[in-house]
Amino acid sequence: MGQRVAFGSRWLPYVLVLPQIAVTLVFFFWPALQALWYSFQLQDPFGESTEFAGLTNFEALVHDGAYLASFQTTALFSVLVATLGIAISLGLAVLAHRVTRGTMVYRTLLIWPYAVAPAVAGVLWAFMFAPSIGVVSYVLRQLGVDWNWVLRGDQAMLLVVMAATWKQISYNFLFFLAGLQAIPRSLIEAAAIDGASPVRRFWTIVFPLLSPTTFFLLVVNIVYAFFDTFGVIDATTGGGPAQATNILVYKVYTDGVKSADLGGSSAQSVILMIIVIALTVVQFRFVERKVQYG
Amino acid sequence: MIENRKGLDLLTHVLLIAAVAVVAFPLYVTFVASTRTLDEVLTVPMPMTPGSHLLENYAQVLTGGSTRGAGAPVGRMMLNSLAMALMIAIGKIAISIIASFAIVYFRFPLRRTFFWMIFVTLMLPVEVRIIPTFKVVSDLSMLNSYVGLTLPLIASATATFLFRQFFMTVPDELTEAARIDGAGPMRFFFDVLLPLSATSVAALFVIQFIYGWNQYLWPLLITTDESMYTTVIGIKRMIVGGDALTEWPLVMATAMLAMLPPALVVLLMQKWFVKGLVDAEK
Repeated sequence: MGQRVAFGSRWLPYVLVLPQIAVTLVFFFWPALQALWYSFQLQDPFGESTEFAGLTNFEALVHDGAYLASFQTTALFSVLVATLGIAISLGLAVLAHRVTRGTMVYRTLLIWPYAVAPAVAGVLWAFMFAPSIGVVSYVLRQLGVDWNWVLRGDQAMLLVVMAATWKQISYNFLFFLAGLQAIPRSLIEAAAIDGASPVRRFWTIVFPLLSPTTFFLLVVNIVYAFFDTFGVIDATTGGGPAQATNILVYKVYTDGVKSADLGGSSAQSVILMIIVIALTVVQFRFVERKVQYG
Repeated sequence: MIENRKGLDLLTHVLLIAAVAVVAFPLYVTFVASTRTLDEVLTVPMPMTPGSHLLENYAQVLTGGSTRGAGAPVGRMMLNSLAMALMIAIGKIAISIIASFAIVYFRFPLRRTFFWMIFVTLMLPVEVRIIPTFKVVSDLSMLNSYVGLTLPLIASATATFLFRQFFMTVPDELTEAARIDGAGPMRFFFDVLLPLSATSVAALFVIQFIYGWNQYLWPLLITTDESMYTTVIGIKRMIVGGDALTEWPLVMATAMLAMLPPALVVLLMQKWFVKGLVDAEK
């Protein structure tokens, strides 16, 4: 956990960790404990008194059709964002790795969307696909597609998936490219000498060797879709139409801030915390395994 | 390449160029819209070549904002975003580097406890504990202030881990040599450890600057005063609902301005950016 050589001082280390620990306690532990506390409380409609209600808030959530629907929406959304993002980036990384010249130029041209804020990405895509004035909507209409994500839930979902995936491709691409560059050439050459075609080499050598990267990206992308896409949703659909894109983290916000349902929103927060902790544990287990791989 | 097939190489380049074009398309549309008048943007289909109102639109948003949505000048918002990004990046790096220094180079009671307290912050993004955190900040009367905007976001396990990881690769001989020469811990920190950490600091800075600049939910809740809006919030506040009511050229000019600083940081500091991303996930 630390160096063998250590300095001796009774007070200095405490002074050094103090700022980080103070910020963590005030803005992290205290709010997290409050969320836990509120999740067991029922508040009267005027917010004047609260009473201990046990698991009532959680029970209400389990029986709340809108909450269960939000769970499904989140599952669909994160699976789509993760699989699309990973598949597209893997394809691009393989292509960029294949070219003898220009790999770094392509890398530069593909990584900049990482710098775009999720909310700005949402605005860009909403504008291109705006039902009446969007340039892509115009093309879609010419092709005979009845495009209106403001009214149609499936199209709204498609729009937020596209915007969220677009922003995340850069990240996945960088990791896949680094993974590909780490595969020894001799392995690929040996397979080529044995007469394996490029496609066969990819599926039997490259893809299995990339599997730790792929798994790691899967977890990161799911976490991204769960939490970091708040801006995408808020800047485009606002959870609608008819809750079709109301993912869990957006619902925590609308129920807590807009509807001021403190208990229900806190219970949702607690459930989300459990999900994040589970995902983090999965990720760390995997990291340990990766270390053993060498 | 292992095979030398001209046709396959050509196909690879064609596919890559097509991909680059598709990825850049939203940016191009945004740029075109930011150089035209509202009437031109509302024409269906919108003309796809840059227009002649570039300077006019950008000058309007930078100094005056939009006329129908938020009226705060985007110049001011960009300063707010810059302040937020810098304070978060520098704050995170500063408090994490000294905390990791204490955890790696000192033996003291509660060391493990502190380490785990920092570790668990990794697990809970601000989105999850948003309402209670808002209450805390509001109780401390930090709403509409830079402190409220940045302080709750600077506790970061990622940076602490990264520095801890790095310090553990610094040879013990250096520490011993410094001690024999009579250097105290802080002297060792400033003269030996800090210069050695320069690349890690740069890499983290790039990642955290982008993180800070792109914050959305937190400033959305904390800033109610137009003069405290960040650029990303400003864009959202300029969209007034209804495709025909929003002043799209101004929104798109603001979007370009919101993307420019972080994109420049990524492209100009590409080497450190890649290192920062990869290191941060170890």
